[in-house]
Amino acid sequence: MLHKSPVTNDSTATVGKNNKHDSAERHIKGTALYIDDIREPQGTVHLAPGYAQASCGKIKSLDVSAVKSAPGVVAVLTAKDIPGVNDCSPAMGDDMILADGHILFHGQVVFAVAAKSHLEARKAARLAKIEIDETAPMVSVEDGLEKDASVLPPYEFLRGSPDEMINSSPNKIADSFHIGGQEHFYLEGQIAMAIPGDDGEILVHSSTQHPTEIQHTVAKMLGVQDAAVVCECRRMGGAFGGKESQAAQWAALSALAAYVTGRPAKMRLDRDDDMIMTGKRHDQACHWQAGYDDQGKLTAVNVEFNSRCGCSADLSLGVNDRTMFHADNSYYYPQARILSRRVMTNTVSNTAFRGFGGPQGMVFSERMMDTIAIKLGMDPLDVRKINFYGDEDRDITPFGMKVQDNILDELVSELENTSDYRNRRKEIDAFNEKSPFLKKGLALNPVKFGISFTLKHLNQAGALVHVYTDGSVQVNHGGTEMGQGLYTKVAQVVAEEFGIDLEHVRITATKTDKVPNTAPTAASSGSDMNGMAAKQAAETIKNRLIDLASKLYQVDKSTISFAHNKVKIGDREIAFAELTQQAFLERVSLSSTGYYATPHITWDRDTKDGRPFLYFAYGACCAEVTIDTLTGEMKVDRVDILHDVGKSLNPAIDIGQIEGGFVQGMGWLTTEELVYDDQGRLRTHAPSTYKIPTASDVPEDFRVSLWNSSGNKEDTIYRSKAVGEPPVMLATAVFSAVTNAIASLSPGQVPQINTPATPENILRSVQDMKQKDRTAGEE
Amino acid sequence: MRQSVKFLRDGELVELNNVEPNETLLDYLRLREGSCGTKEGCGEGDCGACSVAIGSLKNGKLEYQAVNSCIQLLGMMDGKEIITVDDLSKSSRAKGSQELHPVQDAMLRHHGSQCGFCTPGIVMSLFTLYHAEIEANRNTINDQLAGNLCRCTGYRPIIDAALESCTGKAEDRFHEDAQVRTDKLNKLDDKEDLFIGDDAKFFAAPASTKTLASIYEKHPDAVIVAGATDVGLWITKQLRDLPKIIHIGRVAELQKITHNNDEITIGAGVTYANAKEILATIDPDVAEIIRRIGSTQVRASGTIGGNIANGSPIGDSPPLLIALNAKLSLQKGTHSREIDLEDFFIDYGKQDRKEGEFVSKIRVPKLSSNESFRSYKISKRFDQDISALLAAFRLTIDNGKITQARIAYGGMAGTPKRAEHTEKALQGIDLNASQTWEKAAQALEQDFTPLSDMRASAGYRIEAAKGLLIKALHEISNEKAGQQGNQTRVIGVREAV
Repeated sequence: MLHKSPVTNDSTATVGKNNKHDSAERHIKGTALYIDDIREPQGTVHLAPGYAQASCGKIKSLDVSAVKSAPGVVAVLTAKDIPGVNDCSPAMGDDMILADGHILFHGQVVFAVAAKSHLEARKAARLAKIEIDETAPMVSVEDGLEKDASVLPPYEFLRGSPDEMINSSPNKIADSFHIGGQEHFYLEGQIAMAIPGDDGEILVHSSTQHPTEIQHTVAKMLGVQDAAVVCECRRMGGAFGGKESQAAQWAALSALAAYVTGRPAKMRLDRDDDMIMTGKRHDQACHWQAGYDDQGKLTAVNVEFNSRCGCSADLSLGVNDRTMFHADNSYYYPQARILSRRVMTNTVSNTAFRGFGGPQGMVFSERMMDTIAIKLGMDPLDVRKINFYGDEDRDITPFGMKVQDNILDELVSELENTSDYRNRRKEIDAFNEKSPFLKKGLALNPVKFGISFTLKHLNQAGALVHVYTDGSVQVNHGGTEMGQGLYTKVAQVVAEEFGIDLEHVRITATKTDKVPNTAPTAASSGSDMNGMAAKQAAETIKNRLIDLASKLYQVDKSTISFAHNKVKIGDREIAFAELTQQAFLERVSLSSTGYYATPHITWDRDTKDGRPFLYFAYGACCAEVTIDTLTGEMKVDRVDILHDVGKSLNPAIDIGQIEGGFVQGMGWLTTEELVYDDQGRLRTHAPSTYKIPTASDVPEDFRVSLWNSSGNKEDTIYRSKAVGEPPVMLATAVFSAVTNAIASLSPGQVPQINTPATPENILRSVQDMKQKDRTAGEE
Repeated sequence: MRQSVKFLRDGELVELNNVEPNETLLDYLRLREGSCGTKEGCGEGDCGACSVAIGSLKNGKLEYQAVNSCIQLLGMMDGKEIITVDDLSKSSRAKGSQELHPVQDAMLRHHGSQCGFCTPGIVMSLFTLYHAEIEANRNTINDQLAGNLCRCTGYRPIIDAALESCTGKAEDRFHEDAQVRTDKLNKLDDKEDLFIGDDAKFFAAPASTKTLASIYEKHPDAVIVAGATDVGLWITKQLRDLPKIIHIGRVAELQKITHNNDEITIGAGVTYANAKEILATIDPDVAEIIRRIGSTQVRASGTIGGNIANGSPIGDSPPLLIALNAKLSLQKGTHSREIDLEDFFIDYGKQDRKEGEFVSKIRVPKLSSNESFRSYKISKRFDQDISALLAAFRLTIDNGKITQARIAYGGMAGTPKRAEHTEKALQGIDLNASQTWEKAAQALEQDFTPLSDMRASAGYRIEAAKGLLIKALHEISNEKAGQQGNQTRVIGVREAV
């Protein structure tokens, strides 16, 4: 049985309702156009990337003669064909579009071939002869650490003297574990299509979360002004952070091919190429120590995250900062040192992935809670609760921000009750007592996730609203649609503002010539920021309409209101479309831009001072699992989630984000394993070897509820809260439940286990526990 | 001999004279037809975004099955009907106000799409469940969707949509004119050999074993294709040119299943889906292993014969069938021979199959009353994953003692292989003397030196192999003692006898 609990808002007409995703009907009919479905202009060439079979070294020679003479080939592009700057990095200038001189990882693109068909291009791309003067690659984080290789300097938060405090604490513990990476596996692979236009102009259709960055990259690469390049994205077939910075290379190559051949050019990566050539969630080696009292209350924490960034910086600064921002999850650390090393390796450059480093920070804090509970023989939930942020003395994060909107005590208590946690704990203990091979585990973990870009200048958004004389409305904004329902939510906001039905509001493709200079759609901020910008644009037009109606009908402005596709003007009521027609006749502009900059953000990275987040989103998850101690197999039996979205803009969409985010997080911590060989080649580069959750992995008993919120304490769009990323981290409860099940084998012993909890990792941990148990028995 | 491919496209006849031997169904739909509703997600039959429904006649009755169009060859569609997502919403025209297919309607109302890219495949997969004569419950829906990956929703709304729309009788336009479609498909089944191309490059789909044997004898360099769930990847991933393709899907003799009290005989062209029911009569674990081979899409096209013939060390059916002591028939020209299946696998990449010889059938003995059977598959993900290892045990038990053991493992060596030392170690063991089991399990280390790869390490493989033997002994011991016992599995739980 599956559960859900839509909560609707009664005071609004459209906002807060369970409106369908704006493209839902087109999705199910197969008529929603993705870039590969757009009819290709005549003469379109198709691109495929070529790469060397090595991970690190100098390019000795590149022979593409066989590529050039292959059937259907139109052009072969190498670094020297780039007229401008050979870089597709988001900031640091360290990601080459086409390798020049050296290669830094297996799969780095050395050339691209343009051919008349996709298949011809792919076949031709395999015909190059690339000689590499190989040097031994740094593959693991440990390899990189050994050579002291980094893409960025380390960064640290320090409060008090944690080492001294740990040493003088009643109890202390030290532990190390690995946190695995994750492939995005968006169903639509990376794709772009560039169409050359008038006077060197170029239109790039890109499946990207960041059209402005595509525009900048392409302009810089071609050596033209930003104004000559337009990037458009109607929708993505999934992104999850994987198309924030790393859509740029394929867009740039399409644009380069269009520039060189004069033809439209499309680049769609084959799935294996996509998985080999694009970055993933950062895997990290985590070493930590903690001091705590006999009740399990922390005295101090000292944690180091060694993060595999890959061959370049990409977004590693922000990602790893966020690991640090969330290394506390929901817990007060009286004294703390949180260190993050940004380790360079000869592997693909790791990038944004839903949660943006936060999940790694939280999985550490949850492992710490589990460890302390095992050591003290306490229920892990009690250790968690005693460490929650509290009032006055216990409300400052290690980075100095005051936690002012904490609801965890209430939220967790409610879930503890509704999930029947305490009774199930007893049942599980009884089950484990008599079951020789199967063991159950239970965990209830909280989430507290900071909302805002930690890079201050990204916290801005623009919108453009047009009202037409027939009363229909077009909305455009800087946010992109990747399935999360942003377009729907923003349309709801605009419909609410004008008091018209949603069907009169058309959201159009995100395009840099409509709303310029935008931030990426990321950090869960899409509806917070673009919703506000669109609301402001709509308000501007609405105020003009109110002024007009007040003048035309000689009534006070306060008597004018918009609802049910009508405008109430004093005692009379006219159709919204009638007023818009009147506005045109009276020469009143029906178009406006809107702009929003998130308030109260003051974080200064250099001084480590200020406020990085506008607010926190909260949630909690209770997970029950069964493991097989003979094989390490594991099944998630039941999951209960209670999550805080403030006053929901659209409960159906929010529940979709929560369920989908949880399952994605569960995949990260269970079945999804990235395996590199010792040569640095990714061995899991297709869905045949890389296993994301499928239907049967989702617990049959899956209960998801929205927290009955009185609204965001901050003045966000209709007092809602961001929901894109936080639910991913609810899945730490699954990992904790696995730990709990293994720990039942030998009370008091802490199971060593890395993420993901594959059958192999679980069995290794089980056998380690049995060994410890035997050793303990002999003593 | 016919020199064109004929199929139905949503009930309408399509006849093609120009079919490239390696052309995929997905490329035909997207590039030739311009029907872009069907998506390419992975190009290897693992994500299901390209799922379409294929109609064919089973015992004279029209049946729709989902397949992965990215790894189906266009020529294989001969004699079948193709329905894609682009066709479903056409039903609005036929049904007046009813715009959407019931499956689409349920997906819409349950918010079953987010990014929408997997959605067409999911709709088509559920369309086949809608038409299937099986109960739609959580288990059958999980199985139906195992080959349809969704990265956004977490599946819950899709499952709800399926629970709602796929129960009860089909009432859509496809059901209404099923008879017309059946008649048309019957007409397409002309029993003519199909051959498009010339001696250097062709797609052939013979209608009889006789023609198959003669073409293959003449072109031993041709590639025999049954379900294309492996060969499809040679084309889409290895980018190999396979100029000569012989498809066996139209060879009537190879589609046969026969059985008597002692054994079951399966033709080499029988799909997993069609073989499952009869093989399930041997033991529920056999059914469970077949259920976990690939996905619904893969089982609808892949064959047991193909699983054997390609010689993979990680195919799921060979260890199962070796433990059951199956026999394999091979044919070349007019000459046939039968061997023990285990002898077919000589070494990694090397099988006992002569040039021009093809697998024709598999004979599987049923269990005697004193034989107990267990099999287990271990993979990172339960559904639609390739085994890290697979174990199959057939134990003969007399008076509480194991008198004979026949054990085969997959994923533990270069071929699916018997555990001969372990079999010996088990002989004479008392099923109640559980303290002796561990020692017998140690013998697995003499039998196998597995490799480490992306699916599992060598160390894990050997430890899990031991664990599975212990589990089998424990389960059989309990069963023989007539005890219900404790739950022993997290998946594939056997129903109590």
